[in-house]
Formats: sequence, structure tokens, C-alpha cells
Amino acid sequence: MKKMNRRNFIKGSLAGGIATAAAAGKAKKASAAGGDFGGYPDSMGVLVDLTKCVGCRTCEAACNKEQGLPEPDKPFDDLSVFDEHRHGGLPRRTTEKAYTVVNRYNVEGREHPLFRKFQCNHCNEPACLTSCFVNAYTKTPEGAVIYNPKVCVGCRTCMIACPFYVPAYSYSSAINPVVKKCIMCYDTRLKFGRPPACVESCPQGVMTFGKRKDLIALAHEKIGGNPGKYVEHLYGEREVGGTSWMYLSDVPFDKIGFDMHLGKEPIISYVKDFLAIVPMVLCIWPALFTGFHLLSTRKQANKEESPKA
Amino acid sequence: MLKGYSKQYCRRKPHSKFGGDFFKSLTFSFILKRRKEMGLKTGKQVGLAALIAMAVPLGLPFSANGEVFELSSLANLYEGVSFDHDMHIEAVANDCSLCHHHTAGTPPKDPTCIPCHKNSPEADSPACSSCHLMEPFSSANLAISEKNPLLHHKVKPGLKAAFHQNCMGCHQESGGPVGCQDCHAMTEKGEKFYNTGQYAPKPRKDTGHH
Repeated sequence: MKKMNRRNFIKGSLAGGIATAAAAGKAKKASAAGGDFGGYPDSMGVLVDLTKCVGCRTCEAACNKEQGLPEPDKPFDDLSVFDEHRHGGLPRRTTEKAYTVVNRYNVEGREHPLFRKFQCNHCNEPACLTSCFVNAYTKTPEGAVIYNPKVCVGCRTCMIACPFYVPAYSYSSAINPVVKKCIMCYDTRLKFGRPPACVESCPQGVMTFGKRKDLIALAHEKIGGNPGKYVEHLYGEREVGGTSWMYLSDVPFDKIGFDMHLGKEPIISYVKDFLAIVPMVLCIWPALFTGFHLLSTRKQANKEESPKA
Repeated sequence: MLKGYSKQYCRRKPHSKFGGDFFKSLTFSFILKRRKEMGLKTGKQVGLAALIAMAVPLGLPFSANGEVFELSSLANLYEGVSFDHDMHIEAVANDCSLCHHHTAGTPPKDPTCIPCHKNSPEADSPACSSCHLMEPFSSANLAISEKNPLLHHKVKPGLKAAFHQNCMGCHQESGGPVGCQDCHAMTEKGEKFYNTGQYAPKPRKDTGHH
């Protein structure tokens, strides 16, 4: 057996230190790249002009057919769903049977109720993606946040990570429950350069499909060109690092269920400094504490070994 | 009296390009005869011309001025809309530009049109579909609008959106029909799409699940 002496110990710790420094350097690089990412340059997006929606639910029906979702509980031309609420008076949310829902908001001072379509916002730096430990999620260069249900283990971490509470869960499946959400019609449409089914189905032209950067310019033109019509904020331009779906409204966003306290940083930014330390801890601690242990038991070991030698 | 006045502004000149004579002459032989004059040499170009010529009569609502005609190019989930043009001319008090913006020869109302189109003459085709596209977001059309520096034209709604935005806005103010089926009946395909009518989901027992 190789004797552990001071020279060997120092050698070992030096090698460990170099490895740790290399790992830390790598982590730092990765985190810097994460901060600069800001989305794919030619990513597509959708600009939603909430002032135009009349609440006909055609987009919900289009989504249902395009994605081959199960039959709804009520017909899609039944407007009584707007009176349905979840516990706590919360409006309807996305489910395994509906990747998009339209909700009605009665805003004080507005002549008509406002209707808000709700679906995955397809973040530039998705929290669901970064939280997923089996890497089921992908942000495609076209802008969609898609997922591989074959990989999903149904842990539901992404449901907690999502700042918009979008991913739904197939609670109905006892054998293989997985997460379900809008994929911007990636498989059937976006991949081929076509707009999502909801966008195409909308009779009112609420949604405009195009390159995200063009839509941002267009939205600011709309705000500037119609003074007083819109609140001066493009929701989704900067929220959580920017989203592919962006919204214009004529009433303050917090009155129609938008979270205005999400900040501009991608969710990953809040944890990536911590995550960068993890590999360092994993490298240093075993070496360091093994060293301490060997050092403290050195005399004892020498004593035991010397009579035999 | 109103009608006479309206025609003065809105009726197409009898022998303009899109008048009856134009349609009579829309034969393939005519195009072949015109080929040399028009400088069209390749078969591809002739084919294209023939295609355009065939497509024109389909989009002819405005040669049908004074009639009730069908807006049915988008009919799918709903049947086409019977549109009484004369009635609407009266309804908007002869102000063609309320719907036709700057293409009917009347001064435009929309402030975004005015800077460029204050004195624009009547367009070759003032039909809605000649500007508002059936597929505004197809990749081909997106590529075209990307190159268009005229932003006001870039944001123009697609045909379906143009119909609904323009019609519904007015109908709400003037008490016109606003329900989906007040203007166009749902087709069987539509019933399937919306899971309604004969395709409505069977009522289930309320499980109390939220």
C-alpha cells in the first residue's frame, strides 16, 4: 500500500485544486453565455392585440383540432365557460385537454369586457426547460418551447418553475402521466413556416404572426401611432428575459391577470450562480475532507504500520 | 335620391377595364393574340397571365355593384355572407372610404392613409381581397411584407380579419347584426370544429371536480 505522506497529500490537493479551478472557469463561461443569450435572432413570435378579441373561442376550437385533443366538456361556441371559475375565484387555466383558454375580465371603466387568450408564452429562456432534470424541453430556433413526452418522467418541476403557470398535467393517466402544454403547433405548422392554428383561425385578427424582432417594432409603432389607445407597455418584450408571445392592452396589465412583478431577468438567472458552485463543491469537498481525515489519522496509521515494517 | 347620389360616386364606369367588355375578352386565344403585344415570350408567363385572368372574375364583387353578392371566398366553417352592397352604401351615407379606405376614389377617412393617399384616384380593383390577403402569415407573404418599407401596409389585417374588424365595428355602433350566425350560418364542418349542434359533447354528470 502506498504510504500517505505530506508530499503525496500536497500533490493530491494541487491536482484537485487545478481540476476545480477548471470546472469553475467552465461554469463561469456557461453562466456568462446564458446571460447574453436573449433568444434566437430569427425566432418567430405572436403579437396579441387584446383590444381586438371578442371572446368567440374559435382559437380554442382550432387548438383542440390541430393538437388532436379530447372532446371538450362544453361546445366551443358555448360562452357560459366565461362564468366558470376555479377555487379562489381564479379564471380558467390550461389543462391537459385545452392548451389555450380565453378568459373574460370585466374591467371598471371599460365599455366592454376584455377577453384574454392564455397559452404558453414560449420564453426566450424558459424556466421549464432549465428546471427539467431529464432535459425533456427544447427551445427551437423558430421560437417554440417543445417537449419530448417520451422522456418526461412526470415530476412536475416545470409546472412549479413556470412563472405563468402554463404546463398542465395529465392527471387522468394512471400509468404514464406527463406534462402537457402548447408547443406553438411546432410539429404540424411552425416547423414548415406556417402560423399556429389559433392565429390562423382568429376571425378578428387579434394575433399577428412574424419574426419576434419585427413584432416588437410593430408593437411600438402601434403604441406610438395610436396615442391613448394602448397602455405604454409591451408585455413579454422583457418579462423573464423576453417571450415569443407578446401582448398589447388598453387597460393596465395587472387588472387582467398579468403578473407585473416577474422582473426582466430570466428565471434561470436567479439560480445559475448557485448552480455554478455545485460542481466545485462536488470536486473540492471529497478531496479536502479525505485529506483532513488522512492527516488526522496519519500518526495512528504510522504507529500501526511501523512494527510490521 | 340617396341611391342616385351614391352611384355617382361608387358605380364603376361602364367601360372601365373591369367592365363587361373586359370579361367577354377573357379567353385564352385573346391572351395568345396579345402575347406579342405584351412582350410575353415564355410559356410560363402566358400561363401566369391565364391564371391571373381566370382568377379575376372570381374576385369580381365590385363589378357586381348594385347587386347582392356572396362573400364566400373564405367560406369553410361558416357559409358565405350575402352582402347587399347598395344597402351598405346607403348605410354609410355614400362614404365609400369607410370600407374602401383610399381605393374608391373618395377621400380617405383613416388618418394613417391620408399622408400618402389624400388625392389617390380609384384603384384598378377596389375589392377587399386585392389588398387584404387570404393567408397573411404564410411564409411567402411574410417575406414580401418584410421587404415592404411602408409600415402601414405591413400591418394591414388579412381578409378574414379585415371583414370582421370593419363590419363588426360598424355593426356594434349602428345596431347591425353582431352574432356569428346572424351573418353566416354554420356549416356541418363548422359544427364538427366547434363541437356543437349534432357534434355537441354529451352532457355528463357533474362530478364536483374543479
